[in-house]
Amino acid sequence: MGKIVMDRRGFLGRGLAVGCSLAASPVMTPVSFASTGGENRLVVIILRGGLDGLDLLQPDDAGLRLLRPTLAARAPSGMEVSGGMMLHAAAKPLWPMWQAGELAFVQGVSTPYRNKRSHFDGQDLLEAGTAQMPTGATRDGWLNRMLQNMPGSQMTTAYAVGADPMLLSQGAAEVETWSPDVGFVLSSQGARLLEMTMERDPAMALAMQKAMTLAGEGGGGVLEMADSGMMMDELETMMDAQMSPQGRGKAKAHLRVAEFAAEQLRDTARVACFSIGGWDTHAAQARTLKAPLKNLSDSLLALKVGLGETVWGRTTVLAMTEFGRTVAENGTKGTDHGTGGMMVMAGGAIRGQAVHGRLAGLEEVDLFQGRDLMPTDDVRRYAAWAIRESFGLDRAALETVVFPGMQLGDAPGLLA
Amino acid sequence: MVFDPDIAQTRFGYGRSPKVVGPQGVDEMLALLRAPEVQMPWFPFPSDAEMREKMLALLNARRKISKAEKGSDAQQALQKAFKTARRASKQEGAKWIGATLARRVWSRDGLRERLVAFWNDHFSAPGKNVIYRYTEPAYVANAIRPHVGGRFEDMLIAAVLHPQMLHFLDQNNSVGPNSAIAKKRPQKNLGLNENLAREILELHTLGVGGGYTQDDVRQLAELLTGVTTIQKEGTAYLSKRAEPGPETVLGKEYGTRRARVSDVHAVLRDLARHPDTARHITHKLAVHFVSDTPDEDLLVSMGARYLETDGDLAEVVEAMLRHSAAWAAVEDGAGNFKQPELFVSSALRALAVPKKQLRDVKSHQLERLLGTPLRTMGQPWRRPFGPDGFEEDDGHWLTAQGMAARLQWALGVPAEVLDALPDPRDFVQTTLGTSAPASVRFAAETAENRREGVALVLMSPAFQRV
Repeated sequence: MGKIVMDRRGFLGRGLAVGCSLAASPVMTPVSFASTGGENRLVVIILRGGLDGLDLLQPDDAGLRLLRPTLAARAPSGMEVSGGMMLHAAAKPLWPMWQAGELAFVQGVSTPYRNKRSHFDGQDLLEAGTAQMPTGATRDGWLNRMLQNMPGSQMTTAYAVGADPMLLSQGAAEVETWSPDVGFVLSSQGARLLEMTMERDPAMALAMQKAMTLAGEGGGGVLEMADSGMMMDELETMMDAQMSPQGRGKAKAHLRVAEFAAEQLRDTARVACFSIGGWDTHAAQARTLKAPLKNLSDSLLALKVGLGETVWGRTTVLAMTEFGRTVAENGTKGTDHGTGGMMVMAGGAIRGQAVHGRLAGLEEVDLFQGRDLMPTDDVRRYAAWAIRESFGLDRAALETVVFPGMQLGDAPGLLA
Repeated sequence: MVFDPDIAQTRFGYGRSPKVVGPQGVDEMLALLRAPEVQMPWFPFPSDAEMREKMLALLNARRKISKAEKGSDAQQALQKAFKTARRASKQEGAKWIGATLARRVWSRDGLRERLVAFWNDHFSAPGKNVIYRYTEPAYVANAIRPHVGGRFEDMLIAAVLHPQMLHFLDQNNSVGPNSAIAKKRPQKNLGLNENLAREILELHTLGVGGGYTQDDVRQLAELLTGVTTIQKEGTAYLSKRAEPGPETVLGKEYGTRRARVSDVHAVLRDLARHPDTARHITHKLAVHFVSDTPDEDLLVSMGARYLETDGDLAEVVEAMLRHSAAWAAVEDGAGNFKQPELFVSSALRALAVPKKQLRDVKSHQLERLLGTPLRTMGQPWRRPFGPDGFEEDDGHWLTAQGMAARLQWALGVPAEVLDALPDPRDFVQTTLGTSAPASVRFAAETAENRREGVALVLMSPAFQRV
């Protein structure tokens, strides 16, 4: 008893075998994710909660120090991006990326969302890409509308990765969704029986087969016991480990998402999206912003590593948030929901070491409604230019279909 | 019509249970639906008034914090008290989900529970903030549940004028541009918000293809001004916020210069009885319960009954249940594919999870057993993207991720919620009945262990298609 000591990778390897054996069956037709929509890649990351751009990239500004007595008082990180603006210390893992010219920022941007400052509405508007709140039964996301308008779009694979359903990718174009957090332990016998029960239901069998393939590819792990003589309680222990968030490594969930996205993008996928939460730093921001910044940094690095040099060189990553935060610090050393915010860009395809956009003044009179950073540009414009330069969508499609009501304006020169 | 006691439970309820005997005929199903609901004293839902009190207590606790001296001991104590209250409210929320599940798992009247879920989805109003996420179960219990066997117009009025919906669709910000209050404070730029009016026409009544124009939306929005929420009282009608009438909706004039709430009720009743509404509602019911491509004659029959009875929902359900198309057997690879919530709920019923378990469930357990899995399956508990609710299209749910998440759930959760898993050979019998396909019986008999045996039954097309 207890002689089975297999590491995770070992099981994943066996998981792959399940996928293969099912793929070989006449019932479970192998799935192909064909795609030839050019070689460029786009990754969109939704930063849920409202990233404080003024903290991620802190301007050297006397007014800001007045309004943020604790947050703006910390020692400079030494990572100066331009004109005295310092990168947050918790984003240090990104510094080499900045130096390599693969990181950029867009400051002072926002969606058209104004006045209400609700996460719910703000995220809806960001993901819908519209000027007005989406209503009724016609809600879809801008990333999906982009796919519908890409030259050769029917051949392009897109992935929405992670457990949370995203409005961003909803719509008429087919988007694969997958959460690497899905994992299960199934014996080879169980897999065979599962296949058998679905023999007369091709649609269900196909979806199950895809699931096995994706899980086997490292999406989360179909864990298979080839040896049916395995002791029952060992199996139970492993199943329990699968069920418990700790067992599946909850702390690393965001990494698995990024790694899985990279794996698909390196292969045939061209578009991927996922979200990272934790940006709603109402209290003790000096502490609470660290974790999401680390998660974002780790995710970007995981993408870079996972994609490999060639594909990373063709990749543009846009990290967008529903709104910025108040310029002034609140009573609990945090910041509240604001308006003007920041977009983060990364990837080998971008023109790095750049801070795009214009930062409005930080004196009280310059603020939006006396509290928020005044937005100086539409964040959708930058996303649109990134799409245009990556996939060649024309101006009309971008201004009327992908981002209705947006003015594309002049090229900000985002890509290298 | 060929009544089938298994279909009665799988298609029109939460499935078979090893402990609860299902209804034995359409007459019995309808009698249960028409009679007052059998109460479950262990699992009460809060009344609207109770919910308001709870909500006010939370709001006041938060207000006190901001009034206290910043950084003082007193403020810290208040913060701590608020945190405790928040935690308690979260646990209370879990209790209400447990109460919902208890009805699905243990009620003989599964049809009623399925209808509550259907209408809850039709009138989706997920909370947009912490407070309104907390109050949603009271909305369902008080605005939806009492009306599922009653008239559509009564449910319409109760739902769209409930504080939950008023908040969700921004009605509290909608003020008549020529109302007394807007004229008194011109600097505030008070005005209409059309959101509620639009969704009433597009989603709740006539349907997106219905015969209405933008002008109807605007006129209805003007009629609705005055309807707002007062925290201590709930829904209120304040004529000083209302646009002076009359307004014309679908060619009919409502109201006078003196705004009254009765005009709002009148227009809602007329909308509820409109032929486009009859078509929209009966089609949606047939798609949800019977098939994504419902039988034409079934639709005609349900639509006619709706119009004859001015939208008596028990009558409409009867028209469906008396029609042979409602009882057609599921063919291989066809039939409605269960949405995740139905999949999970019917599995819990098949497992006969004890009432005590459902009553005492803790919020963190619920997150593990239900919250996270349902999100991964694509249907976070009662949180659709928008007021249009969740997708009816089966194809939307039949995805790789969805199947993987169901398999993960089926392999893991049953063993967590039960002290001992059932013998798969019995489980296939109690869950699928006499019509269990041979392949599933074989799988249940041949599985290496109970976990996999139970999971194989739950994953089978025979369980997932209804």
